[in-house]
Amino acid sequence: MLAKRLVPCLDVRDGKVVKGVQFRNHEIIGDIVPLAERYAAAGADELVFYDITASSDNRTVDKSWVQRIAKVIDIPFCVAGGIKTVADAAKILEMGADKISINSPALANPELISELSQAFGKQCIVVGIDSFYDVISGQYQVYQFTGDESRTKKTQWLTRDWLVEAQQRGAGEIVLNCMNQDGVREGYDIAQLRSLRPLCKVPLIASGGAGTMQHFTDVFQQADVDAALAASVFHKGIISIADLKAQLIADGISIRPM
Amino acid sequence: MAGLSNVSGLVIVDTGCANISSVYFACQRLGVTATVSRDIKAIKQAQRVILPGVGTANNAMAQLQQADLIDTLQQLQQPVLGICLGMQLLTESSQEGNVSCLNLIPGKVAAMQVEASQNNKLRLPHMGWNTLNNIQPHPLLTGFTEQDYVYFVHSFALAVNDYTLASCHYGCDFSAVIAKDNVAGAQFHPERSGKAGARLIENFLKWQL
Repeated sequence: MLAKRLVPCLDVRDGKVVKGVQFRNHEIIGDIVPLAERYAAAGADELVFYDITASSDNRTVDKSWVQRIAKVIDIPFCVAGGIKTVADAAKILEMGADKISINSPALANPELISELSQAFGKQCIVVGIDSFYDVISGQYQVYQFTGDESRTKKTQWLTRDWLVEAQQRGAGEIVLNCMNQDGVREGYDIAQLRSLRPLCKVPLIASGGAGTMQHFTDVFQQADVDAALAASVFHKGIISIADLKAQLIADGISIRPM
Repeated sequence: MAGLSNVSGLVIVDTGCANISSVYFACQRLGVTATVSRDIKAIKQAQRVILPGVGTANNAMAQLQQADLIDTLQQLQQPVLGICLGMQLLTESSQEGNVSCLNLIPGKVAAMQVEASQNNKLRLPHMGWNTLNNIQPHPLLTGFTEQDYVYFVHSFALAVNDYTLASCHYGCDFSAVIAKDNVAGAQFHPERSGKAGARLIENFLKWQL
């Protein structure tokens, strides 16, 4: 039976894994290769490396760390951040990444999703969506440039419309980052994920809000997502992947055991 | 790794597809340095050949055609392992772009049918870790059990047939590992399937016909 996936997300700046403190002051938490190896060995089903170097400035970024990860880990990994062209994506996939994830550049140029999907196949094209519940309109809306507080802005897209559009253009997987929940560790946005699940015909990854093991059980059981992404609970050692997998199995969820 | 130090002459066919590095590194983790090549002579002289593949069947066949590799691949007598799309290319044909394939193993690849199953709750691509069923005794599957999880990413599949060594279930049963004579294929990605995946590659590298 296909297992639900647990996906730790690591922020990378200049080839180091960092932890963001109020957007700006990033603290280095370690070298990328040993951390990647440690997560793979600890039972992560897949890893996402979010390159925070890339989006905000236009300089040429050294991506050789992608190849260093590909050499050592034996689980799939995705690289996100700063991929704006087919050539950018080709370089990262050639270095050994299994998937690439695009977010703001896809909003700026939706045709990019189609081009990437045609060039590499939809299986390696992930579209990340940053979605925020707007209390006034009562709608979920897509935000852009969320990696940089000063540039973050609301787009014209309602989340459900962009979700459908991204799939029509060839997205093979969707990461839905529910911004209202992000970083607060009060649980995934079950209501939003449930409401969007029927519109998502490709695998859907929940992101934002994980704080306890119960949150993972809830999101798999109540929102029927295919994977759950989390960062701080894993990095800070609040939840060990081994304990989490044991709990999810006990809760009757299909999980690849340790 | 002990026992594989004598394995040499492994060629990974340069299909221009995306997972070549991952396959190369997976072999390297087992102590085997492969040559990545689309040179006809190098492929013919190899002791073992891996055919990787990611993307679409029609694009991949066009690439092989362009590199003039079709005949070469069809005539290989040494052990051959197709991975993911590379496995699908070993069959008669693929519905993905309605393309003729290498016709080394009987069967036709078709789009996975998941709509009717589980109240329409299965998504495509079939993406993630899944288990193997009906594992047949074969040198490639030494050490495998139905508890092993391997990583799949695909939307097309080969139905179970006489050449299926192990199947997988997603909406329906399909071929996860196939073999006929010297030619074998895995629908999953052994290079990204943890210890179980490494075991398949190791078994392939040790496979004596």
